[in-house]
Parts: sequence; C-alpha cells; structure tokens
Amino acid sequence: MNETPKPNSFRSGPDEDGRFGIFGGRFVAETLMPLILDLQGEWEKAKNDPSFQKELADLGTHYIGRPSPLYFAERLTEHLGGAKIYFKREELNHTGSHKINNCIGQILLAKRMGKTRIIAETGAGQHGVASATVAARFGFPCVVYMGATDVERQAPNVFRMKLLGAEVIPVTAGNGTLKDAMNEALRDWVTNVEDTYYLIGTAAGPHPYPELVRDFQSVIGKEAREQILEAEGRLPDMVIAAVGGGSNAIGIFHPFLDDAGVQIVGVEAGGRGLQGVEHCASITAGAPGVLHGNRTYLLQDHDGQILEGHSVSAGLDYPGIGPEHSWLHDIGRAEYVPIMDHEALDAFQVLTRLEGIIPALEPSHALAEVIKRAPKMRKDQIIVMNLSGRGDKDIFTVAKILGMDM
Amino acid sequence: MTVRMDKRFAAVKAEGRPALVTYFMGGDPDFDTSLGIMKALPGAGSDIIELGMPFSDPMADGPAVQMAGQRALKGGQTLSKTLDLAARFRETDNDTPIVMMGYYNPIYVYGVDKFLDDAIAAGIDGLIVVDLPPEMDDELCIPALAKGINFIRLATPTTDDKRLPTVLKNTSGFVYYVSMNGITGSALPDPSLIAGAVKRIKGHTDLPVCVGFGVKTADHAKAIGASADGVVVGTAIVQQIAGSLTKDGKAGPDTVASVVTLVRGLATGVRAARLVAAE
Ligand SMILES: Cc1ncc(COP(=O)(O)O)c(C=O)c1O
Repeated sequence: MNETPKPNSFRSGPDEDGRFGIFGGRFVAETLMPLILDLQGEWEKAKNDPSFQKELADLGTHYIGRPSPLYFAERLTEHLGGAKIYFKREELNHTGSHKINNCIGQILLAKRMGKTRIIAETGAGQHGVASATVAARFGFPCVVYMGATDVERQAPNVFRMKLLGAEVIPVTAGNGTLKDAMNEALRDWVTNVEDTYYLIGTAAGPHPYPELVRDFQSVIGKEAREQILEAEGRLPDMVIAAVGGGSNAIGIFHPFLDDAGVQIVGVEAGGRGLQGVEHCASITAGAPGVLHGNRTYLLQDHDGQILEGHSVSAGLDYPGIGPEHSWLHDIGRAEYVPIMDHEALDAFQVLTRLEGIIPALEPSHALAEVIKRAPKMRKDQIIVMNLSGRGDKDIFTVAKILGMDM
Repeated sequence: MTVRMDKRFAAVKAEGRPALVTYFMGGDPDFDTSLGIMKALPGAGSDIIELGMPFSDPMADGPAVQMAGQRALKGGQTLSKTLDLAARFRETDNDTPIVMMGYYNPIYVYGVDKFLDDAIAAGIDGLIVVDLPPEMDDELCIPALAKGINFIRLATPTTDDKRLPTVLKNTSGFVYYVSMNGITGSALPDPSLIAGAVKRIKGHTDLPVCVGFGVKTADHAKAIGASADGVVVGTAIVQQIAGSLTKDGKAGPDTVASVVTLVRGLATGVRAARLVAAE
C-alpha cells in the first residue's frame, strides 16, 4: 500500500511482537504460547552465543558443504541473449536443497532446549528429508507429516525419510498437501508440547519462526553477495527466487534488501492459471488473513475459509506465504509474480539440456521468470537466481506429465 | 459479564451445581437441523451454549470436530449464517447465554467491528477464539470487551502460575480450562489432576472456571463437575450428530432427538456432581 512509510532499513524486522508491518504475529492456541516464548528466548541467547554460531558454521562447512558455489550459467546466458545469469547452487547442499540450512540451525536449538523428539511438516519432501537427516545426525526420533497427495508424487523422498529412520505420517485431510500436513503437525505439537520440538520448514508460522528460519537461510544471500562482488566487482541488478512458504527466497533476498539498486523478485506458483482456484499465488491473487500462527496473504474465500490451491510443484503448493514477504510486497520493496505449471516445466527442460543441471520444480518457477526477463535486459546486467534444489525427486512427476516411460 | 451470563452462573450456583456447557458446530449438518438442535439444548439441560463457527483449518481440533466443520461448510454455512442461527435462537430464548467458538480468520475477514456489532445484535454473550492468545489482545479481545461482549480465554496445563495472570488479565465471563495438552476429542485425564488445576486457577481469579476437552459421559460430567463451576461437552455431542446422519451425510430422522437424549444424560451428571463432592 502506497501510504505505508518507508523504513530506514528493510532488514530490521520483525518488531518484538513478531510483526512485519501488519503481518506476522503469534496466532496460536494458549497451549503453545509458553513454548514459543521459550523458543524466542532461547533463540535470542543462541544468536549471541559464539559457541552456537561456531557449531553452526562448522556443520555448515563440513556437513552441508557450504559455501555453495555461485555459478555463471554461460550457455543459458548466451541462449537468452541478455543479462548475465548466475545461479546460487543450493541444490548442491547435502540432501539436495536449501532446507538443510534451516534444519541444522533448528536442531541445535532443539538440543539446547532439551527437547527429545522432532516433528516436521513437508510438501515436496525436501524439508522432511532434511529434518530426518539432522534427526539421525543428532540422534532424535523424528515424525514427518506429509499430505497423502504429496506422499504419492514425491515417493523417492518418502523412501529417503524412512531410510533415515523417520516415521512418515500421510495426512488425508483436505487435498492432502502442505497446508494439511502443517495442521496435523500443529495438532501433534499441542499434544506433545513438553518433549517435542516443531521444526518448521519455511519462513512462516508464529513468531519467532519466520525470523529464525530467515536468519538460518540468510547464509545463502550473505554468501551470494560476497561471491558476486568477487566475481563481478559489483552487486547484481536483480535477485530472483521461487516462493512457497518463502524460506529460500527470504534467505537470498534479505542480505540484499538495503541495496537500493538490486531489484527483488519472488516467483509464486501460478498453477493452471490465476482465473480459478488452481494456483498458489497468495500475494498476486490472495488477501490478508490469519493461518498457521501468522497474518499474511492467503488464498481464501469471502468467508475466510482457506482454499487448497494447486501447483505442479509440491513445495510451492501452499495457500500462504511467509509474513515478511507480505510486508515486502506491501511496502513495494519486492515484486511477486506468478509462473504457470507449464512454464516451469519448460524451464526445467531448458536448464537440463543447456547446463546439465536437473533443477527441482520449485526453482524451475524462478528460472521461468529469468527466461522471461533476461532477454529484455542489457548484456552488462546481472541476475542472481536461487537454485534452491535439485530435481531428482521430481523425475517421476515430470516423466508422467511429459508422457515418458521410465 | 453480560447480564445473561451473570444470571446463569448465579442461578446454577444457587442450585448448588456446576453449569452444563454444550458445544455443537453451527450449520452441522445443515442450518435448519442445527437451529433445531440449538433450540432443544436448554430444555435438555444445557445451561450455556457454545456455538461453533466452522473453519477450514481447525488446528486445535480432533477428527470429530474437523468433520463437523467440513459438513457445515459443505452445507453452505458461513459466519454470517452462524450469527443468524444465534439471532433465530434468541427469538424464543432470551436467557441462555451463547458463546461463539472458533478461529480468528473468518472473523478477521468479516471485519472485527462489523462482526462485534452483528454479534451483539444477534444476542451473543461471549467469544472463544482459539488462536488469539493474550499477546494478540488488540485484535479482538479489547474491542469485544469495549462493546460489552465477554472474551473467554483458554487456560491449559502449560499455563503455569507465572503465565496465569497474563491469561486472566482480559478474560471475562468464565475461564475455560482445557483439561490436557492436546486437541478436542482426546481421552479425559485423571479428574483429581483437573481438580488441582481448577483450584490453582481459582487462586488467581473470581471468575467461574469451566472445564472441557475429554468430557463425554454423565460420569465424566459428574466427576469433573465436583470441582469445576461448569463442564463443557463438545466432541461427544458432535459425534452423536455424526452417528445420526444418513449415509450421504444428511440429517437423519433422529438427529435432534439423539442429541437431546445425550444432553439429558449429561445434565443428570452435573446435577449429581456436588453430591459426590459432599460425600
Ligand atoms: C527445492 C525447493 N525449493 C523451494 C521450496 C519452497 O519452499 P520455500 O519457499 O520455503 O523455500 C521447496 C519446498 O519444499 C523446495 O524443496
């Protein structure tokens, strides 16, 4: 909204009540309130504890494989004939996506808080796999809630989670996607509040989750900023990322928010088009509301009932978005655009053939936007895109859509 | 407190028994049946009515209440129809307090001021909004209190003595003690633990303390009612409704009657409660 005054810094949020403008907050049942206040207190301490930061950094280097490379996509750049395109290679991380950055951070918090059991929700299964991974690494039992539809379309990840020792519980409520998995995880949490740590997979949920997930993911943007300065001697003109709940996007955006010359673009799942309800473009086609602990843009009807949405990509199939994105949209610092299923599928194939990288369907949405924008930009301009995950998990879905036999 | 709420708690106290608070989902399985159920509740022995507002994503509810909400939404229920349900009930009953219970988003989307005005016009006495803890009081609690509608807060086993004052600060009408950490429809914990918790809460407030979550039978009502000022029954009623429906989920011939039978039984439970306490 235009009348909102511009803050001095775009990086100072949230306020002490967890608000980014009108977004965010702590909309949870009383049972959970003491726990999220504890978590906030623990996070405040951990943030400023050098030994915590050191453990986090060590695990980042030796377990995740950080820093991830910033890769100049030469052939794609040539093919599109415009701006220079760089990928932040989060798909090379251990477990194959950015999700592990957050999981390592939160498991250390869980350990500090003396919790003994981990629960998580997952859509694409990347967060479920990353959660099961850190649970195995730190010796916690782990339960992952996953929509029944997603269990089917992300079968390889379900198997990986089971191998890692996690229990995967399919959720049949609603459309059986990420939103329903999150409801079920919250129900588990209120029931087992004493011993259980809820490892939320995206920059959403009640305060302090959007903040702490962002902080753990901001390593992406911090590295990318240094790497592009090193490679090009200047900042990029544009940073692009796909937005499901918004964690990979806020992770790469946040360190660039106060760089006025850097255009920030979030890509939402346009599904089968914005006319009907078969999309997940919460900002482009939704309205502010309250779900899963925070106020944010949501897909909902006139009565405030949440809609299910649709995306070819399980990781973007969520009717909300992290509250900080809603705020960045309203104050005009970032722009959010939809990409349709078929555009993402085309982009998926382009990257595979031109660069020898099989991307996940989630960042394929960001890539489709790059493919639209780069040709219209000058050759001396630079785009940095977050390549948030690899596509191994999606090959069955893609094969089915393309009518290929496996 | 609204006059109706005050009077009702005073009346049951004079009878030397706890109040029976009954929850059902507005619009389950359809508007007319739901109105029939609501109108029959006081006669069956319900002292206070909790009118559920259906929501697509009821994060604190178990399968029974989730499905009731889905049935209601499928039957076309909306927040404005739930308000209408209360208004229609008020045409013939101006004494039984009505508390609307649900989640914040439908109210937020309806518009808080408009909702409160319409709720007052419909004869609503109180609100329970599961996902609005004290930290979010500016959203609805403060405006509701300013307009004279009770804001009834949930206290839970995780609400320790340090936190209780925060929870009680802007609470009015009654305190709803949730008997366990969990969702609606779970099993009832040991009544003696609950009695201890009620006593602890009463050490911090003069408001009546009602206990819910897990109360399903007359015996439960009797046991819990020995220490509480009110006993809340929800899932059992919702399940009774579910069990009475036809195969395609429509109201059956006995839907209203079966709820009445259940509530009558529960009412004998609360009426026997203090006898146990006196024993
Ligand atoms: C590779 C990848 N990218 C993006 C997302 C979307 O999540 P977020 O918006 O939190 O980054 C997912 C979610 O599963 C994912 O697996």
